Amino acid sequence: MLAVWIVLGLIGLVLLYGIVTYNRLVRARVRTENAWSQIDVQLRRRYDLIPNLVEAVKGYAAHEREVFEEVTQARAQAQAASGVKDQAQAENQLTAGIRRLIAVAENYPQLKASQNFLALQEELTGTESKIAFARQFYNDQVQSLNTLIQSFPSRVVASLGGFQPREFFDIEEPARGPVTVRF
Amino acid sequence: MYEQIARNKRRTVLIILGTLVVVGGLGYLFGLLLGTGPVGLVVALLIAAVMSFYSYRYGDRLVLRAARARQVTNEEEPRLHNIVEGLAIAAGVPKPTVYIVPEQAPNAFATGPDPQHSSIAVTQGLLDTMNRVELEGVIGHEMSHVRDRDILLGTVVATLVGSVVLIAEFMLRWFWWGGGAFGGRGRRSEGGEGGGAFAILAAAGLVLAILTPLIAQVIKMAMSRRREYLADAEGAMLTRYPPGLASALRKIAADTTPMRVANNATAHLWINQPSRVPGQGNHWFETLFSTHPPIQDRIRILEEM
Repeated sequence: MLAVWIVLGLIGLVLLYGIVTYNRLVRARVRTENAWSQIDVQLRRRYDLIPNLVEAVKGYAAHEREVFEEVTQARAQAQAASGVKDQAQAENQLTAGIRRLIAVAENYPQLKASQNFLALQEELTGTESKIAFARQFYNDQVQSLNTLIQSFPSRVVASLGGFQPREFFDIEEPARGPVTVRF
Repeated sequence: MYEQIARNKRRTVLIILGTLVVVGGLGYLFGLLLGTGPVGLVVALLIAAVMSFYSYRYGDRLVLRAARARQVTNEEEPRLHNIVEGLAIAAGVPKPTVYIVPEQAPNAFATGPDPQHSSIAVTQGLLDTMNRVELEGVIGHEMSHVRDRDILLGTVVATLVGSVVLIAEFMLRWFWWGGGAFGGRGRRSEGGEGGGAFAILAAAGLVLAILTPLIAQVIKMAMSRRREYLADAEGAMLTRYPPGLASALRKIAADTTPMRVANNATAHLWINQPSRVPGQGNHWFETLFSTHPPIQDRIRILEEM
């Protein structure tokens, strides 16, 4: 009789563990999806910014056609990309294009000083740091989801529930300026 | 990080329960002394409950008004808004409302009952003196207060400490002015043998009335200091750049502009304890009852990260 109770108790415990773990996995997956949509929002914001940026630079440096084309093309590719890895690659390309565009703009002091360009540049810096923060949050979520999926015993529940590990979003960090201290 | 939030919620509940026991105990003792029985307990708990609820719902508005904070739009302060939004994303919380306090001393605070209704306020001085990475460091510190619901913890603790102080004050006043008269009546109704027990109760009540507010205050300060270290570390984790906050704290430490809106009730909210004394930083007495760890220690810890 006692043995039956013990077995029943053990089964109950295992079931309880399964339910709790399944819910944790679902929560981790939802968080990861939310985090990805955050990245998406910020990437879109950057796409919207690029035509304005190109127009602003064009007004002063119409002959730098090569750079404009490169940036526009990279933008189109990034918008068309699907899948975490492809997206990351396309975004890196786009980042490189934007860097070149800004570098071109640096040669035109009048452009650099214009209110419009300064505002666009703040918008760009802000958006790129938001992309970086969103990526960081996403990767943290992916890490905890993947850990849960790959470690024992939660991996048993994960494979029964059909949970797949996610890919990390690897893009280049925006450069941080040196910290200058003024007293 | 989610574990941290859960722990903080548990701790808030524990602190509330613990303080309710203290408040209730004080009230009960007071009721016994007055001869009114459990009425004292009920009144004390009622005071604590009403004050907690009120500070939970409206505390942030009071704090913002006390600091003369003004809400700013994205168009007015794009840099600040961008940084706040970015760190909200990093912390996985909704973007808080952004306020500016018209003060020249560089400082900042966060307030609000939960991440969905939070606000971050920075002084004009902070905006003027900090570069982007330093501002990110400061906002990261505030954002981790928001994410971990430290604001709720701080508000609840402050209110409960406030009601403990209030009740103890009542008791002390009663001992001072009416104690003899009321006590006399109580003794008569209980008969002769109650006198000794009453004297012991009265003595215990007096000691408690003096000690509990002090203990409550010390707990509040100690907790606030711990939360500051934690927010530094977590803020640095959000920005992934500890030198940013370290450099910001160094600038804040070097600045000795006094703050006009500084007062004891809101001191624990700011990123660095505001000082009223111009020219020489915090007075030693302020350090003794400090809500914040020494800023040099905070800088050192950040630099070792």
